[in-house]
Amino acid sequence: MTDISQNKPQSRIAAFWDSDLAYAFRHSPIAMVSFLTVFLLVFSALCAPLIAPFNPYDPASLDLMNGFTPPMTSNDFTGAEFMLGTDDQGRDVLSTILYGMRISLFVGFSAVMFAMILGISLGLIAGYIGGWTETIIMRIADVQLTFPSILVAMLIFGIAKGVTPIEYRDQMAIWVLIIAIGLSDWVQFARVVRGATLVEKNREYVLAAQLIGRSSPVIMLRHILPNVLSPVLVIATISLALAIIAEATLSFLGVGAPPTQPSLGTLIRIGQGFLFSGEWWILFFPSCTLLALALSVNLLGDWLRDALNPKLR
Amino acid sequence: MTLLDISDLTVAFPTRKATFIAVDSANLTVEPGQIHGLVGESGAGKSTIGAAVMGLLDRPGHITGGTISLKGKSISGLDREAMQSLRGKEISMIFQDPLTSLNPLLTVGDQLIETIRNHLGLNEADAKERAIDLLRQVRIPDPDTRIDQYPHQFSGGMRQRVVIALALCSEPDVIIADEPTTALDVSVQAQILELIKDLAQEKQVGVILITHDMGVIADTTDVVTVMYRGKVVETGPTAQVLGQPSHEYTKSLISAVPRPDTKMHRFPLVSYGGRETTFQIEDLARNWKKTELDKSKPLFEIRDLTKKFLKKPALIPSRREFSTAVDQVSFDIKQGEVFGVVGESGSGKSTIARMIAGLYGVDGGTITFDGQEVTGAQDLSSYRSQIQMIFQDPYSSLNPRMRIDAIIAEPARHHGILSGKALQHRVDELLDRVGLGAAAGRKYPHEFSGGQRQRISIARALATQPRFLICDEPTSALDVSIQAQILNILKDLQEHLNLTMLFISHDLPVIRQMCDRVGVMKNGVMVEQADTESLFTAPQHAYTQELLSFMPRLDGVATG
Repeated sequence: MTDISQNKPQSRIAAFWDSDLAYAFRHSPIAMVSFLTVFLLVFSALCAPLIAPFNPYDPASLDLMNGFTPPMTSNDFTGAEFMLGTDDQGRDVLSTILYGMRISLFVGFSAVMFAMILGISLGLIAGYIGGWTETIIMRIADVQLTFPSILVAMLIFGIAKGVTPIEYRDQMAIWVLIIAIGLSDWVQFARVVRGATLVEKNREYVLAAQLIGRSSPVIMLRHILPNVLSPVLVIATISLALAIIAEATLSFLGVGAPPTQPSLGTLIRIGQGFLFSGEWWILFFPSCTLLALALSVNLLGDWLRDALNPKLR
Repeated sequence: MTLLDISDLTVAFPTRKATFIAVDSANLTVEPGQIHGLVGESGAGKSTIGAAVMGLLDRPGHITGGTISLKGKSISGLDREAMQSLRGKEISMIFQDPLTSLNPLLTVGDQLIETIRNHLGLNEADAKERAIDLLRQVRIPDPDTRIDQYPHQFSGGMRQRVVIALALCSEPDVIIADEPTTALDVSVQAQILELIKDLAQEKQVGVILITHDMGVIADTTDVVTVMYRGKVVETGPTAQVLGQPSHEYTKSLISAVPRPDTKMHRFPLVSYGGRETTFQIEDLARNWKKTELDKSKPLFEIRDLTKKFLKKPALIPSRREFSTAVDQVSFDIKQGEVFGVVGESGSGKSTIARMIAGLYGVDGGTITFDGQEVTGAQDLSSYRSQIQMIFQDPYSSLNPRMRIDAIIAEPARHHGILSGKALQHRVDELLDRVGLGAAAGRKYPHEFSGGQRQRISIARALATQPRFLICDEPTSALDVSIQAQILNILKDLQEHLNLTMLFISHDLPVIRQMCDRVGVMKNGVMVEQADTESLFTAPQHAYTQELLSFMPRLDGVATG
């Protein structure tokens, strides 16, 4: 028995490596490149305090004299050199990007998680219970789909801003952002999960569970949920890219992350003011990072959708 | 001259891991006017031969050897374009499911006329005339009006006739019929087979009839080829192959077919290829908590059971429309007996099973179990722990994301009968007894075949040591050899464990072999109830007599 339990994790990795999904991954250059990009970006964002040359939030590290230093050239006054240049206040652009990406990724992940939990629960309930519950949930979803999601997010953000006391506003901003993006995004999870649930609930294994008297929540969570997750995984990946972009858009419009906690979108908003005065790098590098992040996550999602659906191959 | 000559055909499906040889040097000839049966169990490669002839092999499958020639001309080397013009014109195909092989958005006439014009180059009026003529040939009544109707206005059997008419449009030389009657009820099946037989004679068309059903082969074909795992094991005139089979596999395959004429104690097993796995009923019976049987008392008393399904929902209750699926059905199930319910699709037999299982609510009538009324009872948990069910489709009755041991343990754990080590022990024991071995518990359902999955279903049903077992078409998705194994297991359960059973099936021979008493369902009404023997020897109701007359018979077949 002991050697079985020792062998188990190893064989599981080997089994995964041998699975069709891993095989498809190894044979798709796009998937590998985008996975590598996402991995590098997420890794560097997570380790920002360790690898960033400066802490952009520490006023002590700022020297106004370093302002507007172009990339890879030494500053006229201090002689300091910055890889990606500095902004108007002398902050290192590379460091602000690394720290900004943390905010962007945090908001993106949390918003998708929130949308996923909400959408999966409502979708499961609508699909499994049916009847009036289903009608009400799905009509709400339909109505919400008629508004552009960015508008919904702005609306929620606006309302939240109105009701929070002014001294908490900056602290609350990130959380409000997560809820706003999450609430605008749950519909597609709910729709897909409901559709898959409608198929699964007529399968005989669900009948077998009903037969022994399992309660509806147990059947939904233990039996149906694991079987509807693979399309959810695909949507979640693509949603992550969209959530990151939505966060950037909101921040760019000035209703997102506050300047004290700048996300990529905030950086782009700050940078666009200097675009026509020649300081292109302040805008260019955060935009490129956003592009690389969103594009590679999106490509990864597309690949995952194809790989999980053999009919498209 | 030989119409279609397949020689040494080999079809391979290369996959990542290995190359799978689906058809291994198969030889087959079809003469004009001849119906050539191709029989075998799933995975035997019979449909692959059909697809290879049509040039419709699913990728990555391809022909790696041998030739297919039509009227002396080789067609296996043709490119896609040449094949396309051949397909439908000289060879056409009838598929299994008439529901999906017609376009629901076009009238039957549109589909026929388009095909006729494509192949024969006739003008609109002539083509229409021909279409009507074709519908008449496939015995569709009133073809002049039917031609302008849509597929959904036709019944299943009528739709399959339209599909046959479509296949005949281009006056083909060869028709490949891939399980043409599997989706149809027996009464319709008999008519369609009769039609195919007549048309083959009339038009001198060669037909390859692919089926898994020995009864269909016996009734319809002139020549039969038996396949086993990609290889042709036996070929010859139907009467000879079925009457004096020379190959071991054919012999055991024929003997595994449930016999409609006499009741046998057990099914002979298909021993060829070492597929047999043992079921250790004695070991299981030793630890079984048996309840004493009082054969005079009924276990179930079912009175006026009614189920209505909502056909048209509406806010106001009086505006709602219902269809009655089960209409005032009454019967008793005595302790220790197997009660069969037989009927065609839509007759309400599964609905009865699901109402008894508590899966559907009851709209009228009562179910009494062991002297206690179940309908309307508040606490069903004691009832639920005493009944279990075996489902039809072994591919959907096990949760694909759960491990086998968790699947089997779930009922016993839920009812609080066993837990912890004792439960694990019970699961291991059950897996061992149904012939899978305790190690199977750590695997997932997709690692097992259909027959093995049905054994897992049985193990799950036995985990709570129930008194009553509902079998809803437990073998209709299985091959005959596997069916024989599963039915033997069910017989063992009834004999050794004192189980009472409700056995639902559309298959009359299976009912005859399994049941003590039978109820015949038609359109939600139980038209006749009798002992199995008297029902099969002296049916009283006209519908029962009709059903029995359509039952395919293996006349002159070697007794196993």
